Amino acid sequence: MELQDIIKPENKVYGKPSLMNETPMHYCPGCSHGLVHKLVAEIIEEMGMEEDTIAICPVGCAVFAYRYVDVDWIEASHGRAPACASSVKRLWPKKLVFTYQGDGDMACIGTAEAIHAMNRGENIAMIFINNAIYGMTGGQMAPTTLMGMKTATCPYGRQADLHGYPLHITDIAATLEGTCYVTRQAVNTVPNIRKAKKAIRQAFENSLKGKGCSLVEIVSTCASGWKKTPQQANEWMEENMFPYYPLGDLKNTVE
Amino acid sequence: MDEKKNDYVLLKGNEAIAKAAIRYGYDGFFGYPITPQSEVLETLAVDKPWETTGMVVLQAESELASINMLYGAGCTGKLAFTSSSSPGIALMQEGISYMAACELPGVIVSVGRGGPGLGTIQPGQADYNQAVYGGGNGDYNLIVLAPNSVQEMCDCMGKAKELTFKWRVPVVVLSDGVIGQMMEKVLLPEYTPRRTDEEIHQQCPWATNGIGLKNRHYNVHSSLEFDPLVMEERNHKMTEKYARIEAEEVDYEYYMADDAEWLIVAYGISSRVGMKAVDILRKKGINAGMFRPKTLWPFPNRVLFDTASKYKGILCVEQSEGQLVKDVRIAVEGQTYVSHYGRSGGMIASPVEVYHAFKKMMEESVNSKKGYWIK
Ligand SMILES: Cc1ncc(C[n+]2csc(CCOP(=O)(O)OP(=O)(O)O)c2C)c(N)n1
Ligand code: SF4
Ligand SMILES: [Mg+2]
Repeated sequence: MELQDIIKPENKVYGKPSLMNETPMHYCPGCSHGLVHKLVAEIIEEMGMEEDTIAICPVGCAVFAYRYVDVDWIEASHGRAPACASSVKRLWPKKLVFTYQGDGDMACIGTAEAIHAMNRGENIAMIFINNAIYGMTGGQMAPTTLMGMKTATCPYGRQADLHGYPLHITDIAATLEGTCYVTRQAVNTVPNIRKAKKAIRQAFENSLKGKGCSLVEIVSTCASGWKKTPQQANEWMEENMFPYYPLGDLKNTVE
Repeated sequence: MDEKKNDYVLLKGNEAIAKAAIRYGYDGFFGYPITPQSEVLETLAVDKPWETTGMVVLQAESELASINMLYGAGCTGKLAFTSSSSPGIALMQEGISYMAACELPGVIVSVGRGGPGLGTIQPGQADYNQAVYGGGNGDYNLIVLAPNSVQEMCDCMGKAKELTFKWRVPVVVLSDGVIGQMMEKVLLPEYTPRRTDEEIHQQCPWATNGIGLKNRHYNVHSSLEFDPLVMEERNHKMTEKYARIEAEEVDYEYYMADDAEWLIVAYGISSRVGMKAVDILRKKGINAGMFRPKTLWPFPNRVLFDTASKYKGILCVEQSEGQLVKDVRIAVEGQTYVSHYGRSGGMIASPVEVYHAFKKMMEESVNSKKGYWIK
């Protein structure tokens, strides 16, 4: 059988979401960002929300998220996406408004904006890519960098006396009265990708239904920042990140 | 009192800002308390425009958040404003630069106090540089309006709305603690309804609000550009736009200047003091007049340059150690003597003080062929 005989609509088992355009992604091989983008595109398409979505991307490796998914995008300044989303959602209450941020963006420079948007119960969905490192700027220490983990700015490993402790921002989020749904997911395996998709979908629906603020953390890989191959990065994440950032729902008041 | 009628009301400048914004059909306010402008948010909270015009009002967690809320609003084509004072405006600079870079509408009311640092809560005009030259990064300009009365505070909200959409440049209404806090009679504008979503879509095809996405390319607001040539091209375009604004939007007025041989230049509250000083000077037989820039950017360079040789000397009066005066010197290009009189730290010059400073300037101007910087 020739390849041409196989390429037929009836044989199609997998497709790129139509909201995802042809622009080649700038992400490194094995990076979680690309997968989460795909989930976002799929969900918006499945919900039929193309004309009713306002997406807000961060400063970090996902700064160019707007290049890949065909919805209206705002690129917020470093850490301020939740503030930006707060006004957007209040001014456009019927829209699906979501933010997409890294750990440096959301849990460090933008901690105040994140906490207050969640605590005000803004009807937005927040996607939080926790790769425990500053990917974009070349692998510096993040607020979520694990103890002992080596980065460009803690080359001998993170030490409490020098650098303090990893910030459990998602756990903090679960304690806030304004959040309705707080969950921690990953995209390292097919079952996990499915669960993550379900979680993001719920967060999006919460935004639309005005249920309050939802936070979906995705424990993620940064193969380049971690100086590992994509496969090693996945294994390292499972062994080191998951025990520290366990997957699962932390709070769900909507179900 | 039924404020729906177009009657005069007695208001503080800050209250006038809030009431004017509601009536001009602003979509949102995002701000953080700071003296001497807290009455803006307080007035909005009392008037509850969300129940009448549908205007959104939110007390943000910081000025950083406020300006980024304004950024988000502007991206989606909504008309929002924030209000703050000196250290608060300082915190906003990154966001202001982003708004300028993305060519977004938005109005920033700056009610100045004395600085630097935490400074004083008393009125000041030491934020001229902050508004006109900005503290944000990159090549950009903001349109800066300088009201000098409570009525003008009110009117500036209408003018700012018009200009910010016409040019897609953030507009600063640069006021100060005196005008913000003092009470004067004001004629509030008639109610203009807020624009509908459809109107926003028609007027702002660049807005990131999803409307009509199926029939257009998606919109993005981002100031990031890694290609230096493309970035430079973007900057060139903005510079060209700024040149057009400079050609079209300069605004100023004179007081008793038709036959004047000597000139005071002052804006905002100092122009009120300046007028009184001109009255005293005239009574003493001195042919003095006043020139008042109403837009600080674009600055009335042209008219100052063209008329400078008419004057034997110019005194800039401002509540700062000398900021406006530098722009006047640039405009005048050495054609006449330019001096400065300023009080700072929350102090306000009295007309009599200005009179004496003016006399000193007149004496200095006679022997001064030297540069002003030589003491
Ligand atoms: C105000 C400001 N400070 C610093 C930077 C530099 N910077 C860009 S991205 C980044 C860190 C991003 O890390 P993270 O949010 O974890 O995103 P990742 O790249 O890992 O996805 C920093 C510090 C900036 N752009 N703006
Ligand atoms: S540096 Fe890390 S986060 Fe950035 S694209 Fe590469 S793998 Fe992804
Ligand atoms: Mg990161």
